[in-house]
Amino acid sequence: MTELLSPALWMILGALLIALTRGHLRTLVLLATPVVTLWSIWQVADGVAGTITFLEYPVEPVEGSPVRRLFATVFALMAFLGGLYAFKTAKWFELSAAFAYAAGAIGVCFAGDLITLFIYWELMALFSTVIVWCGGTPAARAAGIRYAIMHLLGGVILKVGIEGTVIATGSIQIQPMLAHDFSTWMILIGILINAAAPPVSAWLADAYPEASPTGTVFLSAFTTKTAVLALILLFPGEPLLIGLGLFMIIYGIIYALLENDARRILAYSIVNQVGFMVCAVGIGTEMALNGAAAHAFAHIIYKALLFMSAGVVLYRTGKSRCTDLGGLFRTMPFTTAMGIIGALSISSFPLTSGFTTKSMISQAAVDGNMLLVYMVLTAASAGVFLHAGIKFPWFVFFQKDSGLRPKDAPWNMALAMGGCAFICILLGVAPGLLYQFLPYPVDYHPYSVYKVLFYLQLLLFSGLAFFVLLPLMKRTQTISLDTDWLWRRLGKGLFLAAARGFGALQRLMAQLNVRSAELGSYIALRYLGNPHAEDSEEKSVFSRSWSIGTTAIWIAVLLSAYATAYYI
Amino acid sequence: MNQPDNDHWLVRPSTIRSLWIGGCIVLALTVLAQVLIPIKGYFGADDWFGFGAVYGFFTCLLMVMFAKLLGFVLKRKEDYYQDRKTPDDSAAQDRGHNT
Repeated sequence: MTELLSPALWMILGALLIALTRGHLRTLVLLATPVVTLWSIWQVADGVAGTITFLEYPVEPVEGSPVRRLFATVFALMAFLGGLYAFKTAKWFELSAAFAYAAGAIGVCFAGDLITLFIYWELMALFSTVIVWCGGTPAARAAGIRYAIMHLLGGVILKVGIEGTVIATGSIQIQPMLAHDFSTWMILIGILINAAAPPVSAWLADAYPEASPTGTVFLSAFTTKTAVLALILLFPGEPLLIGLGLFMIIYGIIYALLENDARRILAYSIVNQVGFMVCAVGIGTEMALNGAAAHAFAHIIYKALLFMSAGVVLYRTGKSRCTDLGGLFRTMPFTTAMGIIGALSISSFPLTSGFTTKSMISQAAVDGNMLLVYMVLTAASAGVFLHAGIKFPWFVFFQKDSGLRPKDAPWNMALAMGGCAFICILLGVAPGLLYQFLPYPVDYHPYSVYKVLFYLQLLLFSGLAFFVLLPLMKRTQTISLDTDWLWRRLGKGLFLAAARGFGALQRLMAQLNVRSAELGSYIALRYLGNPHAEDSEEKSVFSRSWSIGTTAIWIAVLLSAYATAYYI
Repeated sequence: MNQPDNDHWLVRPSTIRSLWIGGCIVLALTVLAQVLIPIKGYFGADDWFGFGAVYGFFTCLLMVMFAKLLGFVLKRKEDYYQDRKTPDDSAAQDRGHNT
């Protein structure tokens, strides 16, 4: 029976205990829960652990496989490092929500059927919204509402797809499929919304940077990468994903180049990096899926490291816009070093985790003889170095002297960043440690002299391009329009116009009411007169006093008219 | 404390000059090393001499130019999405209160 208990339940228990405990006990719960969860994850055997009948469907709450364990492992690891980073500054409800959110992600990893997957999927949507709200500003509240609408909408679309598939196939199994009919399209769209795929990529850069410095670290790890896992499990080799992934890669670079807010630059680069993974899932070979899984693992760690360093800057200075920052390396040498390690990793610099994982995806494109895909991926590697590898650390820690002299990171934040940086370099130096846990056997050697030389040329010359083109990249205090304009401006405009239209209609009706009342009283006054007038002669024709004789004649006339009409 | 600290060794003009010189030497070395270590290309063109360098530089140039051009269309002031009370709106609201 215990094998039916998902490791996610430990995280849910942890989330509850965080809410119930205080002080050191809470810190203990915070750090021990992910460790226990990690242990539990590695107890899950391959295959379905058992079934429970729910609404006559055979639900499989726990199913193990190497790729599922790999994703769950990095999620638990992030809950630990994120908890360590956050525990001194974050509010208890943010920590609790973060752990419930992580529970959702880990639950999705082990979901053996679509119903279980959907339940954990929604758990993520709910608690990630809470984390966005924990940003505490009016902007965070508004962004959280937009985020919730987007994800609940995605959930509804996913649910429609799941229902359709269950009706069509009679099975709730999670198994590879292609988008060939309405229901499978709905499932694919539901997942892709969480992966921040176009045309709704904007939700990510809208919501994540509004969260607190600690909240963003959690947000960056789970939602998009669970979507990548779902794609690996459900849509490996779906050709549409290749083009979609390449679009995300370029989109992320271009928008990050335009952006002024440091955390928003990193948010756009999540879309860029998830694009690599989506493209790999689309290629769909064993090498490509290994690459997607490995890159997701590495990406979660180095992206967390980048957000942690940006978070420390925001925590210490209260600023995250490039135009307000600069020159922080003087007093924040450790955070600067950590930011640079994260930046080098995301740029897939040799000896970092990005190099040993992202190059697998390029290799898969080469093996599949996809020239265009390979060339775009290679150009994108240069572009990543440009927008995240250099731009982020340069504008935050170097460029001009902003005059800010903040203290370096508090010890717990420094320790968490150190842990992430250690993993980034460890996986870069000894990639075999990660390769052994990938879904398929790995026969790939990232380090050959010519490959390293090629990447050094590529990256260093894109670095040169950055400094040569620096005048063109002067930061401006602007935001960039995205498809969210459609719902934040056009949609709102249409809504306000409709509201105004109804308002005008209502005023018109009110006016009509007043007019008809005035007309009624005028007619009444004209023909009935004022009944309270003293003199009968002042009254109108129907309200005067009449002599008995005249009245009797009128009654006779009316009666005879009535009788005539009756007989006709 | 808030005075710009121009004396940090990393931001002295002399250091920056030597960084540029050192950087250029490293760049030249990565290209010249190709004489000793032939790069195995996958698609014919990518084993040309200095292909990685040229490709890296020019794709970045392209992306920056493209972003710059797109910026003219897409960039807006930071408060673009913040609620602005136009006279029309507040007038409508006043009427709303009166009825």
